[in-house]
Amino acid sequence: MPKLFSGAEIVFKCLKDQNVEHIFGYPGGAVLPIYDELKNHPSIKHILVRHEQGAGHAAEGYARSTGKPGVVLVTSGPGATNVVTALTDAFMDSVPLVCISGQVPTHLIGTDAFQECDTTGITRPCTKHNWLVKDINDLPRIMHEAFEVATTGRPGPVLVDIPKDIQFAKAKYFKPKKKIKLKEKSLNGFKKSDIDQLVDLMKKASRPVFYTGGGVINSGPKASELLRELVSITGFPITSTLQGLGAYPGDDNQFLGMLGMHGTFEANNAMHDCDLLINIGARFDDRITGKIDEFSPKSKKVHIDIDPSSINKIVKVDLSIVGDVSDVIRSITKTLKKKNLNLEKSNKQKISKWWQQIQKWRTKQSLNFVNSDKIIKPQHAVQRLYELTKNQDTYITTEVGQHQMWAAQHYKFNKPNRWMTSGGLGTMGYGLPAAVGVQVAHPKKLVVDIAGEASILMNIQEMSTAVQYNLPVKIFILNNQYMGMVRQWQELLHEKNYSESYSKALPDFVKLAEAYGCVGIRAEDPDELDEKIEEMINTDGPVIFDCHVDQDENCFPMIPSGKPHNQMLLGPKDQEENKITGKGKALV
Amino acid sequence: MTKSKSAYSTPSKLGKIDTHIIVVWVDNEASVLSRVVGLFSGRGYNIESLAVAEVDHKKNLSRITIVTTGTPQVIEQIVLQLKKLVPVHKVGNFKREDKNVIFKEMALLKIVANPNKINKALNACKKYSPVILDQTNKSAVIQITALRREIDKVTKNLKPFGLVSASRTGAVAMTRGAEIFN
Repeated sequence: MPKLFSGAEIVFKCLKDQNVEHIFGYPGGAVLPIYDELKNHPSIKHILVRHEQGAGHAAEGYARSTGKPGVVLVTSGPGATNVVTALTDAFMDSVPLVCISGQVPTHLIGTDAFQECDTTGITRPCTKHNWLVKDINDLPRIMHEAFEVATTGRPGPVLVDIPKDIQFAKAKYFKPKKKIKLKEKSLNGFKKSDIDQLVDLMKKASRPVFYTGGGVINSGPKASELLRELVSITGFPITSTLQGLGAYPGDDNQFLGMLGMHGTFEANNAMHDCDLLINIGARFDDRITGKIDEFSPKSKKVHIDIDPSSINKIVKVDLSIVGDVSDVIRSITKTLKKKNLNLEKSNKQKISKWWQQIQKWRTKQSLNFVNSDKIIKPQHAVQRLYELTKNQDTYITTEVGQHQMWAAQHYKFNKPNRWMTSGGLGTMGYGLPAAVGVQVAHPKKLVVDIAGEASILMNIQEMSTAVQYNLPVKIFILNNQYMGMVRQWQELLHEKNYSESYSKALPDFVKLAEAYGCVGIRAEDPDELDEKIEEMINTDGPVIFDCHVDQDENCFPMIPSGKPHNQMLLGPKDQEENKITGKGKALV
Repeated sequence: MTKSKSAYSTPSKLGKIDTHIIVVWVDNEASVLSRVVGLFSGRGYNIESLAVAEVDHKKNLSRITIVTTGTPQVIEQIVLQLKKLVPVHKVGNFKREDKNVIFKEMALLKIVANPNKINKALNACKKYSPVILDQTNKSAVIQITALRREIDKVTKNLKPFGLVSASRTGAVAMTRGAEIFN
């Protein structure tokens, strides 16, 4: 007779067979049998968070910085509901997560038992799929299927809800089957003719642009290499979404910077005026497109995506190629090389006028700001942080708001998987737990959470996790005492009625750091900034860096209120010029 | 120029709205209907009618027939989003005007009236293969099968003849001829 294992043992056998090394979790009544089993599996390290949302974001940070699925373990009821925000965040940003939740025993389901909630019901819209395990014999299959679903096609979160009696019950264990039924769910069947058609469009184009997104990152480091080769041999300009940063070197001359609501002038104008738009692994998000009716009106549009439902969802495209970004780019490059050996030269000549136009846009220097020697400008702080950390392999996470956009604009990424930010859902409180997850995966690397003082307080309790596991994360707070992005919109769109966007009674972040048993550093003067940042980098352990910045600074450039790409609002200097010509007023 | 206070774009012109019949083959497992219906409600799609039952006990397959309305873009999204659900095997999409597809709904109609009126009621739904399932000297339960709009019309016409209750199913669909979809 084959050996029988308890549900809890099966969970760990599955995790081992899926090569899981770390899980992020928080114990509770309905998940105790699994926690009891933990001691027998030294190859799996459990990171105890301080709130289940933190576990979810930490697993996201872990997943994004490694490409492996993040694993979360929580209890029933509040444990499960607390992780919902992180699951939704992972769903929006296509991050592979496997969440295991405890559930009340099967015979109590539906009786409003203590810490019972309809976990699979609540998480159905924010997971790729979820399972309530009602029979112990299904557990091995479901666990393996969960990993398969989370990581194939467009990645995303899944949840396995395991009632307590199932964790005790015994059954046979089996290893994952080679191919689980996911037919049609992960499409990679693009046709050669699609590629030929694209190459044809590329040859004809005189104003082309690549618009790349998180799909390139999700396709693995190889995809970034292939993308670099493709961009180099075509000579086309390239812009990236927030999630795609790092897939292409941020300091390369062909890179136009980020596009979208707070993207650069040249990237957005290139999107508007191009005649060929090649979307690789992005999804035409509304923060990217601006006004849809006037989105890139003169271009042929090509969309390369692994998710067929992303195609024609927002923007109707002329050519769609459904497939994994790596495979598609490899095929394009191969075809290009075969058809035109002298491509680099001929293309560059053809699009030289386009590059001249782009250079004109670049002279606007849309990321410029008026620096000060009296007060630290937030953009300046990010620039200094970049200059002082670019010599090492640095991982950056962010919270959500102005600081996030400044980080995206002024920190240049050269490698994929180095930039972790909440884009789709825009979850304040993402950055600190995500940094914890990144640091767990890369213990020797520098991990910095560029934060705002409002966002950081949403999951500040995770400092405790960082201290417990000696994770030397650096929390770089751009402290302007306002929910900066809210304040900015109130200034620009709501007649400066700063309703509830000012935080009174902020904690003393230096003392707070000390209370958590880590180091607090404060910078208030531009002159001391570099020195203090160095001090932060050289501190061996977690640091909260309280960087006091200009309270009135706004994040520019900006595409305001449902406007198309070519009607950007530039910084204060440009606005003043516009005011003189009378155009300024119409812009907001 | 009016100032918009929202950074979200304003809705653009809607396309032409069509009625489609979406047929979904799914694993007959717990909460599968909720996944399908939740997709519709979560993404703001419309459900005009819904019919679902197991069609293959051995393979554990259920067939869900959904009548929905939307612009061509929305209909395309519905099909693609449904295909992404793990328990979904296959999705069929038919325009209501499609001549190659038969659509039928069933209705049970309770008439409470004298035999004379009951006869008139029966007559009124003669075209829709009426079957009398139950009859007393002051009532009758009539089953009819027809299109949605025909049943709408019949129920309206039967009001004067003593229709007191109508129970209706959602539409089910089948292709004509020897051709099968699955």
